[in-house]
Amino acid sequence: MTMSGRLPEPYGSGSGGANLADILERVLDKGVVIAGDIRINLLDIELLTIKLRLIVASVDKAKEMGIDWWESDPALSSQARSDELARENAELRARLAELEPGRAREETP
Amino acid sequence: MTGLRYVYAVCRPFDAPLQAQLTGVAGDPPRMLTHRGLVAVVSHVPVEDFAEEPLRAHLEDMDWLAATARAHQGVIDALTTVTTPLPLRLGTVFRDDSGLRTMIEEREEYLRRTLARLDGRVEWGVKVYTETEPAARETPGRPAEKPVSGRDYLLRRRMRAREHEDVWQRAEAFATRLHTSLAARAEDSRLHAPQNAALSGARGRNVLNAAYLVPRAHSEEFVELVDRTKDEASGMRVELTGPWAAYSFAGEAADTGEAADTGEAADTGEGT
Repeated sequence: MTMSGRLPEPYGSGSGGANLADILERVLDKGVVIAGDIRINLLDIELLTIKLRLIVASVDKAKEMGIDWWESDPALSSQARSDELARENAELRARLAELEPGRAREETP
Repeated sequence: MTGLRYVYAVCRPFDAPLQAQLTGVAGDPPRMLTHRGLVAVVSHVPVEDFAEEPLRAHLEDMDWLAATARAHQGVIDALTTVTTPLPLRLGTVFRDDSGLRTMIEEREEYLRRTLARLDGRVEWGVKVYTETEPAARETPGRPAEKPVSGRDYLLRRRMRAREHEDVWQRAEAFATRLHTSLAARAEDSRLHAPQNAALSGARGRNVLNAAYLVPRAHSEEFVELVDRTKDEASGMRVELTGPWAAYSFAGEAADTGEAADTGEAADTGEGT
């Protein structure tokens, strides 16, 4: 581990404790694709597409494949967040109607 | 000549030895295969694990995948301390040395061009998280207080929703500012999809996940710049990883000049 005198110490990553997502993202989705003799299309791997929900794939590629889960994930998309708010409001109105049958109507905007 | 050839990276020839105790994929210490003045870094891996069928099956196994990914990254990391490797994607496997040599011949021009472009550069990863889940902010003040009426309940939910929005807007504004200033100091940058907390195990929500290509000689400055921003970010956490091999900048697309669209923060998967 020499010759890198000018390089600052690794931060979190490197040989030690980079989180698994950081590593998978790079070794599976970045880096050069060179077709070897053994041909595996990583996008065929169910674990990667479903369990990891393709977080390791780039946005564009995932969109191309019709995978856009983050767009409906309120954490990641403002559109989804407002959808969620609308849904929550509807739920609340319903709940209010149950709790206070007489007043529910005036509460509804 | 037993086993298959698992290739980690292609490099220019380098003098420094690799760490002696480096164990590669399948426990086989990486070896160098030099051809046409380029060095492929390879491990010999068993057919029963790396032929198409078994490899496909293994990739469905999270533990195997994690161990293999870490071994792959371990070798790339070791290479990064002594040279500028061109990292290949996990699972690049050839039948034998001659298949590997043929690949080098066919791709020679591309490999040289890309190695020249990346020479002396490393990748730094920067992620921004909201420190607390907005939803978790509801508890601290008065925990078990039950709403006294439906109207009260509704009011509180509305206030909370508003707070929620504020947290997001601040996080997005901060992430955009940070990315703009870091991108200005880097040779190139990429915005990646935010990471899923279930996999990364990180606290909070990931609102920025970016990579920056920085010359080694400027890395110290870059790291200091990131460090300084950590103090400005209240309620947010900035995480720096690296130096990585230039994974995010190694792909073909990067040298066609079409990469310009990644230069804008507005790209973060609808995030900003």
